[in-house]
Amino acid sequence: MKFLKTLALTTALAATMLAAPAMAAEKIALVVKSLGNGFFDAAAKGAENAAKEIGGIEVIYTGPTSATAEGQIEIVNSLIAQNVNAIAISSNDPDALVPVLKKAMDRGIKVISWDSGVAAEGRQLHLNPSDTNLIGETIIKLAADYLPEGGDVAILSASSTATNQNAWIEAAKKILPEKFPKINLVSVVYGDDDSVKSTNEAKGLISSYPNLKAIIAPTTVGVVAAAQVVTDGNLIGKVNVTGLALPSEFKQFIDNGSSQAVALWNPIDLGYSAVYLSHQLIGGTEAKPGAKFSIGKVGEITLDDTNSAAMAAPFTFDKSNIEEFSKIY
Amino acid sequence: MTDTAHEARHIPDRLDSPLRGAVFSWPTLLLIVGVVLFIVNSLASPYFLSPWSLSDATFNFTEKAIIALAMALLIISGEIDLSVASIIALASTAMGVALQFGVGVPGLVTIGILTGLLCGFFNGFLVTGLGLPSIVVTIGTMSFFRGISYIVLGDQAFKGYPAGFDYFGQGYVWWVVSFEFALFLIFALLYYVLLHHTNFGRQVFTIGNNPVAARFSGVRVERVKFILFCLTGLMSGIAAVLLTSRLASTRPSIAVGWELEVVTMVVLGGVSILGGSGTIQGVVIAAFIMGLVTFGLGLLNVPGIVMSIFIGALLICVIALPIIWSRTRRRAAR
Repeated sequence: MKFLKTLALTTALAATMLAAPAMAAEKIALVVKSLGNGFFDAAAKGAENAAKEIGGIEVIYTGPTSATAEGQIEIVNSLIAQNVNAIAISSNDPDALVPVLKKAMDRGIKVISWDSGVAAEGRQLHLNPSDTNLIGETIIKLAADYLPEGGDVAILSASSTATNQNAWIEAAKKILPEKFPKINLVSVVYGDDDSVKSTNEAKGLISSYPNLKAIIAPTTVGVVAAAQVVTDGNLIGKVNVTGLALPSEFKQFIDNGSSQAVALWNPIDLGYSAVYLSHQLIGGTEAKPGAKFSIGKVGEITLDDTNSAAMAAPFTFDKSNIEEFSKIY
Repeated sequence: MTDTAHEARHIPDRLDSPLRGAVFSWPTLLLIVGVVLFIVNSLASPYFLSPWSLSDATFNFTEKAIIALAMALLIISGEIDLSVASIIALASTAMGVALQFGVGVPGLVTIGILTGLLCGFFNGFLVTGLGLPSIVVTIGTMSFFRGISYIVLGDQAFKGYPAGFDYFGQGYVWWVVSFEFALFLIFALLYYVLLHHTNFGRQVFTIGNNPVAARFSGVRVERVKFILFCLTGLMSGIAAVLLTSRLASTRPSIAVGWELEVVTMVVLGGVSILGGSGTIQGVVIAAFIMGLVTFGLGLLNVPGIVMSIFIGALLICVIALPIIWSRTRRRAAR
């Protein structure tokens, strides 16, 4: 009978699953947007590292097959049933998960969100990968580090209405006179996160400003377009391209020298910090505005009025580590 | 729903080789699978056999199962509706829009259910009024209905549903029995009576077996099919109310991919995808089986990818079994 086979399969599956996890004191579930995504696999790696450092923690790395809120709700339901101690989630929907996460909290489970947040009433704290001021400072620093004598730089942004990018650029402009007096921001142009438009805007910058030393693109589309323009125009060594970039997309431009360094959030540190935060909540630390939490080797965070905090400045990728990270995300 | 004797007695439910004897009737076999899965799950995870765990688990399939009841009738009649998940999206969006105008709880529920009914009406009109094939029509309306939601909402969400609205998707009628689940049981009973104990139900089977013969024997084929499309739309509207309440928000991506899960439930329940045979008992048990499998594997933290493989394998086994069975019988008869 076919059913016997089905049965045997279920039992075998069940047996292996039962045998695998040793009884650990604390169970922390790392719920991600979807499985099979390099970014989240890297976060899980970081979570495992943190669990090893702290000791006595079992990390349950899970997520739906496709990135849907409904799939995550099913998973949270099964985690509630398992009596996990904490759920750390990168959510597919800030609102739809609130009811089920509230239910989890009602049953005594600590809930935090990281990377992609949940509305305040659905979690105890939220960990942002970074914050506006840190990003603003980092994108200028990435250019300034390779311009000891200073010089002209320009920003190639996404669309002129992009909330994130505009906030970062504002922060960058604010920090310029204080920390980077020798850097001269000559122009901000908008490539609309479109490869063709970004390419044209980058070409325009280079012809309008002959003394341009660096193009800063705080968008993963723009940064690739600008680096391609520099590469094709034989400007490697004259114009340095930098900004926020995915290591896997950008590796070739670090390799060919059109860019010295770029930055982005580090998923490994995110997973690592999520476990540290969950562990402290389980230990009884209360999440309230102004509370301080240690996040191990990454540092320390302080919760703001909405119980959220920024992890750290974007993580820098250069010749020394781009190879390693390009394989991850 | 565990009573299985009715099937063989009443109508010729099966086109090929009717399985005589209650022991080998479809719902009985499914029930055995269900019970076995239940036992295996209880042994595999210490957390499975808790009333609250099981109650939580019912939320994962109740809305889909409610649609599956109506879908079963539609498939038995030889048609299909692939737009059900998109109807949920549109109905939920309609409720969200109404919310912006300050409509209260009863109004929201009415609007959600009516939108579903209208969508079913539209599908039914295209299929029976214009004589178009239902699979093509509903693939079209699948994009059409959800498309409207995307136009209305873009990447935004409607939230802030009033207090009291959360009862439909999150409330409990008695102890661990949720409102959703109780509603599903009531509908299951209603659909059981409708399909197996009324003239209408007999007409559905007749149409599925042979629409031409049905027409010559005085069955108003188009009208019956039209009603079935409206019913499916209506149930999708009800599911939209439940799901929206459970999520406390509306996004255009709500319930993406559910149409296939609903059809899977129906087919797993022993309804012939070619029409003409099937039972409500089977569909109800199939809903439980799918819920048990996904929840049981979820408790063991089996990745979703493995879970889909498992459901797929179960479906193939379940479809292959009656065919293999009838072949061996035929061979034995020779």
